[in-house]
Amino acid sequence: MKYVDEFRSPELISKTAEEIRRLADPNRRYRLMEICGGHTHAIYRFGLGDVLPPNIELIHGPGCPVCVLPMGRIDAGLAAAARPGTIFAAFGDMMRVPGTQGSPLEHKARGMDVRIVYSPSDALKLAKANPEKQVLFFAIGFETTAPSTALTLQHAKKEGVPNFFVFCNHITINPAIRAILNSPDMRLDGFIGPGHVSTVIGCRPYEWIAKDQNKPIVVSGFEPLDLLQSIVMLLRQLRNGEAKVENQYKRVVAWEGNKVALRAMEDVFELRPHFEWRGLGSIPESALRLREKYAEWDAELQFDIPGIRVTDPEAAQCGEVLRGILKPAQCRLFGRECTPERPVGALMVSSEGSCAAYYNYEHRKTAPLTTIEAPA
Amino acid sequence: MAPKTRFHDPQIEMAHGAGGKASRRLIEGLFVPLLYETSSEPLGDAARVYLNGAPLAITTDSFVVRPLVFPGGSIGELAVNGTVNDLAVSGAKAETLVVAFVLEAGLPTEILRAEIQAMAAAAQKAGVRIVGGDTKVVEHGKADSMYISTTGIGAPISGITVDPASVRRGDKVLVSGPIGDHGITILLARGELDLEADLRSDTRSVLPLVEAMARAAGPSIRWMRDPTRGGVATSLNELARDCGLGVVLRDDAIPVRDAVRGACELLGLDPLHIANEGQLLAVMGAEGADAALHALHQTHGGEEARIIGEIQDQPAGSVLVTTRYGGTRIVDMLVGDPLPRIC
Amino acid sequence: MCLAIPAKIIEISTENDNLALVDVAGVRRHVDLGLLEDDRPKPGDWVLIHVGYAMTKISEQDATEQMRILEMLGESEAAMQEVRGYGSENAERKPVT
Repeated sequence: MKYVDEFRSPELISKTAEEIRRLADPNRRYRLMEICGGHTHAIYRFGLGDVLPPNIELIHGPGCPVCVLPMGRIDAGLAAAARPGTIFAAFGDMMRVPGTQGSPLEHKARGMDVRIVYSPSDALKLAKANPEKQVLFFAIGFETTAPSTALTLQHAKKEGVPNFFVFCNHITINPAIRAILNSPDMRLDGFIGPGHVSTVIGCRPYEWIAKDQNKPIVVSGFEPLDLLQSIVMLLRQLRNGEAKVENQYKRVVAWEGNKVALRAMEDVFELRPHFEWRGLGSIPESALRLREKYAEWDAELQFDIPGIRVTDPEAAQCGEVLRGILKPAQCRLFGRECTPERPVGALMVSSEGSCAAYYNYEHRKTAPLTTIEAPA
Repeated sequence: MAPKTRFHDPQIEMAHGAGGKASRRLIEGLFVPLLYETSSEPLGDAARVYLNGAPLAITTDSFVVRPLVFPGGSIGELAVNGTVNDLAVSGAKAETLVVAFVLEAGLPTEILRAEIQAMAAAAQKAGVRIVGGDTKVVEHGKADSMYISTTGIGAPISGITVDPASVRRGDKVLVSGPIGDHGITILLARGELDLEADLRSDTRSVLPLVEAMARAAGPSIRWMRDPTRGGVATSLNELARDCGLGVVLRDDAIPVRDAVRGACELLGLDPLHIANEGQLLAVMGAEGADAALHALHQTHGGEEARIIGEIQDQPAGSVLVTTRYGGTRIVDMLVGDPLPRIC
Repeated sequence: MCLAIPAKIIEISTENDNLALVDVAGVRRHVDLGLLEDDRPKPGDWVLIHVGYAMTKISEQDATEQMRILEMLGESEAAMQEVRGYGSENAERKPVT
């Protein structure tokens, strides 16, 4: 597959891993955070932990929009969709996320009309195809996904579709990074920066991390070579005592981002004064809601959405894992009460959640490989 | 020996039928304790019984696929081939099938006729006779047009013993051809995802492949499975649990068609978890693996067979996939239903 | 950050020039080009798609450049081995700058 296979070349991966070993100071421990859940997933999926030297530790960041969504929001969305004649539509990732009364799939088993959609535009199509029903689209995602929801709402408005509604849980990445850096228990040397969020917002929004916090950040792609090259770039900066924003994912990320996408978001959304994030608490100006001119399509205005605030189960340590303080296996419930099959928290459901990634790909390995196989 | 499971779920979910962990829990935690005699035999694709001293293999399967007809086949063919295959991979040649239909009132006769014709053709191709059956009709709105169940009996193929307990470190893992064709074809044929590809279900009888392997290296056959729902990963995880050893696969050795790979990338699925309806997984003693592979390559339909891995001591009870650059990942049994991962 | 993958534009819809048919390793899907209206792709271009929308064009030039940089990592090592081979077995391996 083009633009994929080349970036998985075993020879180049071995070479880049070799470069990492050369650059990493053996007397130093490196703590690098990959912010975005897609990177967490890629790291485990490609077994990249096996090719890094042991003094480089990858800390998983909170960039998984399913994982940081408080249970109360899922409950609220499902409660709204309980109105007769409503279709609850969401991405596949949402389907098994537990609410207090069960996940969307469990609600489906009990009779709710729940549909998986691949795109917000599929949800709009669903509304047009079922004029006698209402479609409640449960929108999640960072700035990667928000423009698509925005465009879909613009279509809905232009075409005057009366039965399509968005329950908006879009969030923004920078406040999450700020919350991590403000955490007293956090010691990080650098960041692997979000890849696809950056196609929308560009690289400029991360400049404060380099300037004010004095940490290097490299915006990275998702293939093994992308991630390894980003680590090379971080190590070079650290060795040279630098802290700047670099763009490894040049083939899709433009420094200024995607202006059309930003315009669409500006047209449709505004920032909420504050929003609750699982594990990070209430963060100001970190989430989006629909502007007044889109009120007709705003599920929060058009449905009875109870303001449900649900605290995580006491024993679950989702917050600490999200903040990178605990590794998944260190959570009390990991692998016992909380498994991908019976998840307690969303980090175990979402395939980008660090708990699910660790459980599915890692935790039954015995001795980690310490040698790199020569290319065949 | 598999640990004792208990079934605590308050209600049945789709996941219980998906062939993965939930299915396993239902079977081991609810059905086995209540229905089966206490037996130390691990659950296989078919059961070995003795009728007046003569060994017989018997198995049953139901087919609830939607849509009924898809590129490469239809529910009728699946119903025949699925049961023939369950018998084949337990080392038996299917002789006869009986079939039960649950039909939805309102089902056009044309559709039913087409399926019966498909079954007749598949049975003939597979060399099996359909000798009886039963039909029930339920109200419109139930049965998704039609559900089909087939039960098959067959005689053991001489020279083959299939037993996970006979699996040893160093044994090789073989697959008969590209994986994931059937599941992705069905997913696309549902039309809910606006995806199109030139893919067909791989539904067929794998008996000729089993017979070819038996002729070439029968004594080396340790274990076989047809990796249907839950995919190769689920079947191999069951093996790993049953034999207590590790199954280590090489990523680049696993045959996957481009379109299946592309669809899986798009949907965030792993081809190892996708159902197959015409493939065979086998564990062979190392001494017979090459002969078996060669025999498959010489058999119609086995040309793309590959050795995809081997049995090792670690990780015990699990399946590990390795990449050429030294990366590794555990591949678990399927959890839930394959859902498109988006974000 | 979310699942986004490269796809090749096969054709632009004649009814709606914001809709394109794309191909990912033989799988085809319609995607919305609305986010690329300032820089419209044409058939044969590669785009990054996410939840049914094309997010950006993929720059072949940048991709090639990146591969070249990565390949050069190996080259530096080969160069160093050359140097070592010329009787400098006692030279320490220094990090490449």
